[in-house]
Amino acid sequence: MNNIHRKRLYYIAIFAVGFSLAAGLILYALKQNINAFLTPSQLLTHALPTDYHLRLGGVVQTGSVVRDKESLGVDFIITDFKKGIPVHYVGVLPDLFREGKGVIAEGSLNAKGVLIASQILAKHDENYMPANVYKALRKNTINNGENKQ
Amino acid sequence: MTIALIGNMALIIALCFALAQSIFPLWGHFRHNVYLLAFARPSAFGQCFFILVAYFFLTLAFATNDFSIAYVAANSHSSLPLMYKLTAVWGAHEGSILLWIVILNAWTIGFSFYKKDPALLPLVIAILGIISLCFLCFLLLTSNPFLTTLTPQSGQDLNPLLQDPGFVIHPPFLYTGYVGFSVAFAITQAALLRGVLDHAWAELTRRFALAAWCFLTLGITLGSWWAYRVLGWGGFWFWDPVENASLLPWLSGIALIHVLVLVEKRGMATGWASLLAIITFALSLLGTFLVRSGVLISAHTFANDPARGVFLLLLLALVSTAALIIYLLRLPQFLSSPRLPFSWRSRELALWLNSALLSLAMTTILLGTLYPLLLDALHLGTISVGAPYFNKVMLPLTLVLMVFMGLGALSTWTTATHTPPLWPVLIKKALISLLSATACLWGSTGQLAIIPLLALSLSFWVILSAATAWRSQPGMTLAHTGFALLVIGLMLSSTLNEEREVRVKPGDATQVGPYQFIFLDTQQANGTNYHGIRANFAVNKQQRHITILSPEKRIYTVRDMVMTKVAIHPSIFRDLYLALGEPLDAQYWSVRIYYKPFVRFIWGGGLLMMIGGIVALRPRKENRKLA
Repeated sequence: MNNIHRKRLYYIAIFAVGFSLAAGLILYALKQNINAFLTPSQLLTHALPTDYHLRLGGVVQTGSVVRDKESLGVDFIITDFKKGIPVHYVGVLPDLFREGKGVIAEGSLNAKGVLIASQILAKHDENYMPANVYKALRKNTINNGENKQ
Repeated sequence: MTIALIGNMALIIALCFALAQSIFPLWGHFRHNVYLLAFARPSAFGQCFFILVAYFFLTLAFATNDFSIAYVAANSHSSLPLMYKLTAVWGAHEGSILLWIVILNAWTIGFSFYKKDPALLPLVIAILGIISLCFLCFLLLTSNPFLTTLTPQSGQDLNPLLQDPGFVIHPPFLYTGYVGFSVAFAITQAALLRGVLDHAWAELTRRFALAAWCFLTLGITLGSWWAYRVLGWGGFWFWDPVENASLLPWLSGIALIHVLVLVEKRGMATGWASLLAIITFALSLLGTFLVRSGVLISAHTFANDPARGVFLLLLLALVSTAALIIYLLRLPQFLSSPRLPFSWRSRELALWLNSALLSLAMTTILLGTLYPLLLDALHLGTISVGAPYFNKVMLPLTLVLMVFMGLGALSTWTTATHTPPLWPVLIKKALISLLSATACLWGSTGQLAIIPLLALSLSFWVILSAATAWRSQPGMTLAHTGFALLVIGLMLSSTLNEEREVRVKPGDATQVGPYQFIFLDTQQANGTNYHGIRANFAVNKQQRHITILSPEKRIYTVRDMVMTKVAIHPSIFRDLYLALGEPLDAQYWSVRIYYKPFVRFIWGGGLLMMIGGIVALRPRKENRKLA
């Protein structure tokens, strides 16, 4: 084994160690921070452990928003027009949060089947909906647009 | 109708010029025909002219409220202020692709004036012509901004989120950065085709990559500032896929710039450098694909059309495959370049390590961004990768990178005749930075957490060691100091940040950090295309009046969209940030109040990095002597 070979071995060793460290770190971080994205129907058919962190996407059911009188707490139902899941959140809601509009709640289910949300996301595009819901509602929005004029 | 007609004509003529610009010089190169090579410059000028005509007429359509054009109708309204009408041109998909092409043409013309080398110029222009041709086809086939509607409308207004000065300026800079890397790519491909990967190639590529990187840095900084001002969550970076898309070429761009120094000075790592040039360009294309295809559920994706996504993906695959084939054909030549010396204090190794670490960082972000897309495409379920993933992975990587940033600045070339003793300097600087970081952190917070302490002392370490090179490499010193300031800002603003969400009525007072916020009253606040409510808050610090903050809630009438206009009291060491939530019953409002120390350091650091890049653009001393 001459000098050049030894140097090459050094490089390969450094590379291998670095690579495996990085891969391990990435896999660990990924495993911890993946959120499943589910619709209410999917959530009800899956038997999930409590504390399972997930993202629930759907539409805020019209007439379901109830605000707390004392604090910033708010309860509402996220629906995909088949099933609905009650959601509880404390804090300021995003601007585009509205009844009948698309929303994503991030959090985990409690024992009563209520999603305790740590974060509410409303899509910045005001027409955002889950794909299938969007198709069904698209006709109505176009009609409304024409009526306005 | 006439505007649409002229616009379409201009685009088609530009397409013809792009064809001439790409085919003839390449043909001429292989047939050694000077007349064919001479086609390059005139056709580039022709293309640029007609693209500018198209762009001008689209702007004219916005300025004159020509709602017979579908794109104008979808993104403007007669009540929109003129400044936003002119910038709405790039407010959505079609116009932003047109802007992309305009900028590509500007870079092409810029290059043709900068470098008049008859052997290189036609080839580079031809490759830029191919890229332009692809994007013109994309524009005309899937996203023509000049399509007309049969039912004239009154206009749907510009997305209110985009009606902000921060938005108005950030996409052009971001695009200039993205597109600038295609010049570095074209130069490298031309060099690969000719088989001449020499000192001149490295210098030319480095300068164009550096210029592009400066624009990209400015664009990202401005974008982050826009998000901070407009989105109302006090955040400046969300690890949103679209933001990641801009960070990917930024990171590999830094790696490219550093490796090119190695090529320039020592003639090493030519293969790695040219591969990085290809990767950086591919990542810019990927960024365009991610933003514009609608495959992502993201805050920034404004257009959704699968045909566009498929087209862009094909384009990406085609360009990168072609580039890699040319690269592989030249591979034997790279293997003959001199080997990297294995000395742990050599600058050669430091520069190489830098590129390896940055590529690793880039790969982790790429993985986190594409993983959900891949799973979705393979029907394995829909998931999202949250911000904690990126934070967790990037934190150790950044810290390791900073250790080597300091070492790299202190390292010496293996060819250097005089090598000063390293250990005493090293230990002295390390101790100074650790002690001063401890003092700063203890003084400001009264507690010592391990990660902020580590990050802070490494930032000082980077600044101290970068300062030693102030005379020989001022650009490097500035850019490294900027990066350290950025890390200080990130770390301190996240550890010292205080935020409260409260339910208040006029007369109530809230304490956040050392400041007291008193809700005074609300009033009407209307603009040309919105009506809104303004709330007034007095801010006091220990009975001393600081300022009045007036956040607003606006309803944009055309789109019926609610927007928060936050109120910010900025200063160098802290921001006060107030966002109005929503009206609750009986005069009560929900309000979000933030006290953000050191948040300005983040953008300050970004700007300093860009300035460092500009300083480093100057020709090197030894090259100036040669010229």
